Amino acid sequence: MNEPATDAAASARIRRHSRSTAFWSDRLFRAVIIASASVLGLLVLFFAYELWQSSTLSIRTFGWRFWVSRDWDPVREKFGALPFIWGTLVTSIAALILAVPLSLGTAIFIAEVAPRWLQQPVSFVVELLAAIPSVVYGLWGVFVMVPWLREHVQIPLEQRFGHIPLFQGPAVGVSMMAAILVLAVMIIPYITAVSREVILAVPQSQREASYGLGATKWETIRRVVLRYARVGILGAIILGYGRAVGETMAVTMVIGNRPEISLSLLQPGYTMASVIANEFTEATSPLYLSSLTEIGLLLFVITLLINALARFLVWRVSRGEVRY
Amino acid sequence: MHISEIHELWRRFINAVSLALTGVCAVIVMAPVFIILAYLLLNGIRSINIEFLTSLPKSPGEPGGGMANAIVGSFYMVGLGLILSLPVGVGAGVYLAEFGRTRYAQVIRFIADVLNGVPSIVIGVSVWALLVVPLRSFSALAGGVALSFIMIPMIARTTEEMVRAVPNMLREASLGLGATYARTMWSVVLPAARGGIVTGVMLALARAFGEAAPLLFTALGNRFWNFYLDRPMANLPTQIYEYAKSPYVDWHRQAWAAALVLITVVLVLNVIARVSTRERFRALR
Repeated sequence: MNEPATDAAASARIRRHSRSTAFWSDRLFRAVIIASASVLGLLVLFFAYELWQSSTLSIRTFGWRFWVSRDWDPVREKFGALPFIWGTLVTSIAALILAVPLSLGTAIFIAEVAPRWLQQPVSFVVELLAAIPSVVYGLWGVFVMVPWLREHVQIPLEQRFGHIPLFQGPAVGVSMMAAILVLAVMIIPYITAVSREVILAVPQSQREASYGLGATKWETIRRVVLRYARVGILGAIILGYGRAVGETMAVTMVIGNRPEISLSLLQPGYTMASVIANEFTEATSPLYLSSLTEIGLLLFVITLLINALARFLVWRVSRGEVRY
Repeated sequence: MHISEIHELWRRFINAVSLALTGVCAVIVMAPVFIILAYLLLNGIRSINIEFLTSLPKSPGEPGGGMANAIVGSFYMVGLGLILSLPVGVGAGVYLAEFGRTRYAQVIRFIADVLNGVPSIVIGVSVWALLVVPLRSFSALAGGVALSFIMIPMIARTTEEMVRAVPNMLREASLGLGATYARTMWSVVLPAARGGIVTGVMLALARAFGEAAPLLFTALGNRFWNFYLDRPMANLPTQIYEYAKSPYVDWHRQAWAAALVLITVVLVLNVIARVSTRERFRALR
């Protein structure tokens, strides 16, 4: 490869050349690629506009009470989004708590611990987790995991700890707990992949300095590598959280879809994404549809903010070269 | 034993245990892949047959029938999504790679990354409002457009990386021979980046092929054959969802068969994606 400095100079030269050109084909080419790039910006505006337009009826009818009301009664046309916000918060945060240690451990294993010949295969298998479609996770979840979970985890938990609100029965299988487990598995590959890249970007000199001071490998990882990479790892975690918030099909299939606010992990719940997936085609009245799109609007705004924050953090350490 | 020696042993012990634990994490993380693929293979092979691959669904509750229309519908709408997203995605990627340091490009790159994280269900609702409401019908067109919105940012970002990785000496050689900038991009840089762009496109196709959420209320689904753009169209992911929700045992069997078909296509696309980047720029380095 060329040296970076001359490469940058060459880039600048080529750019200047393309700009100063008098050929109509060059101008056309530039116009076409700028237009293509602009489509991305227009897409965001388009999503925001369509969601806002379709939500106005609900926004005008319920105002801010939409977000704090726990009524969800299509028959009486009373709509409040609190049960779904609750379900999304509980499932996504619990999934994150499960996924973060496992993802970080795996990322450290791939980047620092595993022998060279093992790094690629492990990375590949973890990437496969991200390749499995959501609806396949849901299918496996509802026919394999949920019955197993009910039999071997939920019923024993209910019998022993049923007096604690967290494990109040009856255990029916489809539940917040099932959704949390599926979500955790689904966000692990994203957190692992980005964390691995961030850890690999830590300069070798940092590790050598630590070894030179007599630190063990683990001490080096914990006190030097992880500390150096912490901003990027935080970005990776937030990125994974964004996935958990927006995940739809698998959650819809295992969470039970009941608009209730319950402390118990064994009870069915509902999330913002799953109520849209489950009820949108059945929604008959304009107000019902509008309420569902308003939930979509909130989901859009939240994931936009989460992803913007995550990108900002990951970019700061890796200069935008991370793939996920 | 001296106290410092005990401390030394303790540090080594913690070191060994912690490093081993990272390996345990990796094993736990990898386990679901094998478990899920094993279930898909076992249940899928038991459920799949010629009738499933070649015939239409029967009416609810009646055993037999298949998903031929959903398999074709999935390819149809993903193909439509590709036609719509490929020119825009590649164009945007080329812009980001070649003019990436301008303020505008930085904003667009940021938006592309953020768009990658927008939940697909939200894209479904937006396209519903754009195409289904005004045309007064669920349609294959709406499904294809929704899938293209998922693919555009993915294709743009991989194309950017691949075009950027093309060495500048190629550009300079072409310009030095008197080729215009557009000709250089078209005949030299894009062909050099082709393998990588194919990788990005394959990954985007794999993602789009498995997406059910954006098709639920755009393409909807259909029990019959349809090749018209303006009518509802069957597709594998939403069919799996509908069948898994149903109370019929035979539909559950068919959901497993459909999932096996789905995962096979997705994995094949992923393998093509890997193979097509392996060769890139080997000759140039």
